[in-house]
Amino acid sequence: MTFEFTDYKPYDFANRRHIGPSPDEMAEMLRAVGAESLDALIDETLPRDIRQAEPLAFGPALSESEVLLRLRRTAARNKVMTSLIGMGYHNTVTPPAIQRNILENPAWYTAYTPYQPEISQGRLEALLNFQTLVADLTALDVANASLLDEPTAAAEAMALCLRSAKSKAKAFFVDAECHPQTINLVKTRAEPLGVEVIVGDPFADLDPKAVFGALFQYPGTHGHLHDFSDLCAALHAEKALATVAADPLALTLLKAPGEMGADVAVGSMQRFGVPMGAGGPHAAYIACKDQYKRALPGRLVGVSVDARGNRAYRLALQTREQHIRREKATSNVCTAQALLAVVASMYAVFHGPKGLKAIAQRVHLETARLAAGLESLGFEVEPKAFFDTFTVECGPLRDVILRSALAEGINLRKVGKTRIGVTLDETVRPETLEGVWRAFGGDLRAEGPAPAARLPEGLGRTSDYLTHPVFHMNRAEAEMTRYMRRLADRDLALDRAMIPLGSCTMKLNATAEMQPISWPEFNAIHPFAPADQQAGYAEMVADLSAKLCAATGYDAMSMQPNSGAQGEYAGLLTIRAWHRSRGEGHRDVCLIPTNAHGTNPASAQMCGMEVVAVKAAENGDVDLDDFRAKAERHADRLAACMITYPSTHGVFEPTVREVCAITHRHGGQVYLDGANLNAMVGVSRPGDIGADVSHLNLHKTFCIPHGGGGPGMGPIGVKAHLAPHLPGHPVEGEGAVSGAPWGSASILAISWAYVLMMGGEGLTQATKVAILNANYIAARLSGAYDILYTGAGGHVAHELIVDVRPLQDSAGVTVDDVAKRLIDCGFHAPTMSWPVPGCLMIEPTESEPKAELDRFCDAMLAIREEARAIERGDLDKEDNPLKRAPHTVEDLVGEWDRPYSREQACFPPGAFRVDKFWAPVNRVDNAYGDRHLVCTCPPMEAYAEAAE
Amino acid sequence: MKFTEDHEWLVLDGDVVTVGITEHAAEQLGDVVFVELPEVGDEFAESAEIATIESVKAASEINAPVTGEIVAINAAIVENPALVNEDPLGEAWFFKMKIEDTSALDSFMSEDEYKAFIA
Repeated sequence: MTFEFTDYKPYDFANRRHIGPSPDEMAEMLRAVGAESLDALIDETLPRDIRQAEPLAFGPALSESEVLLRLRRTAARNKVMTSLIGMGYHNTVTPPAIQRNILENPAWYTAYTPYQPEISQGRLEALLNFQTLVADLTALDVANASLLDEPTAAAEAMALCLRSAKSKAKAFFVDAECHPQTINLVKTRAEPLGVEVIVGDPFADLDPKAVFGALFQYPGTHGHLHDFSDLCAALHAEKALATVAADPLALTLLKAPGEMGADVAVGSMQRFGVPMGAGGPHAAYIACKDQYKRALPGRLVGVSVDARGNRAYRLALQTREQHIRREKATSNVCTAQALLAVVASMYAVFHGPKGLKAIAQRVHLETARLAAGLESLGFEVEPKAFFDTFTVECGPLRDVILRSALAEGINLRKVGKTRIGVTLDETVRPETLEGVWRAFGGDLRAEGPAPAARLPEGLGRTSDYLTHPVFHMNRAEAEMTRYMRRLADRDLALDRAMIPLGSCTMKLNATAEMQPISWPEFNAIHPFAPADQQAGYAEMVADLSAKLCAATGYDAMSMQPNSGAQGEYAGLLTIRAWHRSRGEGHRDVCLIPTNAHGTNPASAQMCGMEVVAVKAAENGDVDLDDFRAKAERHADRLAACMITYPSTHGVFEPTVREVCAITHRHGGQVYLDGANLNAMVGVSRPGDIGADVSHLNLHKTFCIPHGGGGPGMGPIGVKAHLAPHLPGHPVEGEGAVSGAPWGSASILAISWAYVLMMGGEGLTQATKVAILNANYIAARLSGAYDILYTGAGGHVAHELIVDVRPLQDSAGVTVDDVAKRLIDCGFHAPTMSWPVPGCLMIEPTESEPKAELDRFCDAMLAIREEARAIERGDLDKEDNPLKRAPHTVEDLVGEWDRPYSREQACFPPGAFRVDKFWAPVNRVDNAYGDRHLVCTCPPMEAYAEAAE
Repeated sequence: MKFTEDHEWLVLDGDVVTVGITEHAAEQLGDVVFVELPEVGDEFAESAEIATIESVKAASEINAPVTGEIVAINAAIVENPALVNEDPLGEAWFFKMKIEDTSALDSFMSEDEYKAFIA
C-alpha cells in the first residue's frame, strides 16, 4: 500500500502543548479581533521602536521525549552522595503518598495564591495546619504560612524587631553560631536600613543595652545547644527583642524558643519531607508573640465564617501586606512557599507528634552512636551534648579524612582549618555510620543497643505539641490519601479551569516540565556539596541563563532571588552597589509610578531609598511631564526608576524609551519589572529599550507552577556594567539575598525544560498568542463592558482591564459580587481592584484554547445580563444571585425562599452540569475574621460557637 | 465641629480637643477591624503619626492635627473596632488631646466647607 507522508509531528511540543488555540481557532479569533493575521495584530499592538531586531534563536525546539533525555543526561552529571553537611539542609524522606498526591499533583501545584478564599479552602486548611505545627513546636502564639528560606526569615525577624522593639538602639546582635548564610543575609538586609550588625558569642559579647534585638541559633551551626532564657530576659529588660532560629525537628525533644522567652522564632521546615533540591524550594517559618502579629511579614491564614455562619478559612490581616501599605509595609514579601509548607504540614499529619518525636530520637541516638565510635577511635567531639550535629578535631589529618569520606560517598562539612562537622538526619542507616568511621580510619560496626542520649541537662522538652485532632487522625494510607484528596477537591486550580488572573500569568505547567524535579539527581543534592557533584546544575544554570539573557537583552543573570519581590530587592541593591562603586552612594531617590505593583515601593524602602511617586496620565501611561519634572528636581539624588512593561494597565506605552532616557540623563538606573514579560518574549527585549535591570518571574512567564502561593523564582538580568555588583555567594561571598547560591535550584529544571521544548520560535509564538487571547476576550466583552485601556492600535497587550464600576451605580453590584459569581460559573476570578480599584484585570495566557475563553466570556456576559435584570427590577437589589454568590450544595437543600431559582443560582452559563465545581463555602466574612483573629487550628467546639 | 483634609473631626472643649474620623472616612475604609491608639501622656507634634486604623481592605494613619498631649483614649474602639463604622461622629471618638494654642483650630474647615471638600 502507499501513503502520503505527513509533516505533522505528534510530539512537537510548542504547537501541541503550550499553545491553546488550534490554527483554525486562531483564524476565527483573528476575525473577531479584526486583525488580518497574527503578525499583523502584533505589528498593530507593539510600538515599532521597541520591537526586537532579530528573532529569538535558540536552535530547534525539542520534543518532550528529547527534552527529558537531555535533562536525564544533565542530571546524571550531578552526583548523589550522602550529604552530612548540615547548615540547615538535611536529607529527608518524603512519604510517597505525599509526593504523589501533593508534590506531583496538579490540583495542588497549579493553584494560585488563596486570595479567593471560597475556592481555596483545601490549601488554606493545610496551611493552617502548618501554622499550628510551627506555633506548637516553637511555643509561640502566631506563625505565618511560610517564608522563602531560613536566612530570609532571619532577616525578616530583624526587621520585625526593628519595627516593634521599644529600644532606641540601632544595632542587631547575631550569634556567631548562626549558619553562615544567615549571617550574610542579615548583613545584606541591615546595611541599607542603617542597622549595625554585631556578630559574636552571645554569652560573652552581647550588651543588651546596645541592641534593639538579637538572633540566636538553636542548635548552633556547629551543634551547640544553649538555654537562651537569661539572655532573653536581659534583652527584655532593655526593651530589646529576642529571636531564636530553631530546627523544628530538634524542638520535638528540646525546650522551645517561646519557653525561653523568645519573642520571635524562625527556621526551615525543609527536613519535614521537602527534598533539598540544591537549595530549594522549601518552606521557612516565622512565629512570634501575639503582640507582634501585626508586624509579621508574609501571609497569615485565619479562621472566619461564611454567609451561613459555617467555618471558613481566609488570609487574615492583609492590610499588613505590601499591596496595601506599599512603602510603609513591614516587608516586600508577597509570596510564601505554600506548596512546600503544605508538604511539611502533611509530613506532620502523616507522622503525628509521636512519629516526629520517634524520628528525632532516632536521629539523636544515631548521632550519639556516631560520636561514641569516633571517641573510641581517639577523636574528640565538640560539643559533648548535642542533638544531631557535632564537630571533630582532626588536626593535619583533616583533608585526608574528607577525601576518604568522599570515597565512601559521604560529604562532610569543613569547619575552620582542622575540624570536620557532621550532621545526621532521618535517612541515616548503619552503613552511613560505618562509612564515616572508615573515613576516620576505624573499622566499627553500627550494631547493638543504642547508646545513652546526649542531650544537655535541663533542656528537655516538657510541654505538649500537636494536640489538635488533625495530627491524631487514623494514619492508614487509605485515610491519608482521602484527606489529601478531600482538601484538593475544595480548591479550584488550573487542572479544572482557566485562572484568568491579570499580572499573574497562570499558564500551563506541563507535566514533562514537572517530572525532573522528582529525580534524586536534582532533588537530593545539598546546596553546599562540592562543585564537581553539581556539574549538572552548573550546566543547566549556565544554559538557562544564556537563553534568558538572549530573550531579555541582558548580559548577566543572578539565579538567587526566590521570588519576584526578592528580585526587585536584589536588583535595587545591585543598582545601589553600582552607584557606591562610582562614589555616588548618596543617590537614594527612586521614582515609581502610582500604578506600580505594591512591591516596588516596598522593595525600594528596604534598600534605603526614598520613594517619589510619579503620576499616571488619564490613559494609564506614565505621565511623562510629571516624570521629567521629578527626575529633574531630584537629579542630584536620583538612584533609579521602577517601571513595568507592558504597563500594569496592560498597554505597550510608546514613551518607554523616553522614560529610560530621562532616567539615565539624570544619573539614574532603570529597573524594569518583568512581571509582564509574557507579552515580550521574542518580540521585544527590556535590555534593548533602555532598562538596566529586570527580574523575571519564572513562575509566571517560564512555567514554574504557582503552587497555591509559592514557590517562585525571580532571577535578575542586568546589563554588563552592573554584573560585578550582583549578589555574592551566600557562604563564600557578600551581599547574598538567598540562602542558596542558585535560589530554588531544583525548579529551574521546569523553566529550562520549557525553553528547550519551545525553542525561540515557540516562545515567540506563545507571546503572540497570549496577546491574541487577551484581545479576543476584549473583543467579545466590549459592548457589555468597557475595556479601560488600549494602546495606539486599539488593542490591549496580554491582559485587559474590564470596568465593572458602572454596575455599582446601576445595580448595586460590586467587583466582589462579579468575582464570586464567576465561582458559580466554575471560574477563578480575575485580579480584583488592581491596578484600578473596582475593576477586573484579565490575563488568559497563550495556554487557553478558544473553547475555554468562550466559556469564560459566556459567563462574563451572563453576569452582565443578571446585572441588567437588577437594573430593570426583574431581580431584587439585595436578594439576587450576584449578591448571594457563591452558591453551595447547602443552597440545594432545605428551604428556598429567594426570588430566583436554584437552577439559576447553581448553573449559570459557563458552569458544567455533570462536572460542576461546587464551592465548599458560601461567601466568606472578611471583617469577622480580622476582628476575631484565630491563626491556629481551633478546637472543634470553637467552630460551633463561632457560627452562633 | 471642625474638619481636617485628612477626614478627621475635631471638637474643642476648653483646651482639650476630641478627635475622630468622619463618616465619609469610615465609609471609604469599609469594615474597620483594628485600631491602635497612643498612650495617655504621649506628646505629639503637629502631623506626627498618632494612631493606626485598619479595615479589611485598607490601612491608614491618623496624624496629630495640632501639637499636644494625649489626655484620654477611647478603649471602646480598640475592643470593638466596628464602632467606628457604626457611630464615627459619636461613640467612636479616638482620643482627647490637650493643646496649648487653641487658635490653631481656626484654620480647619467648617462642616459646610468639609461637605464641599468631599463632594
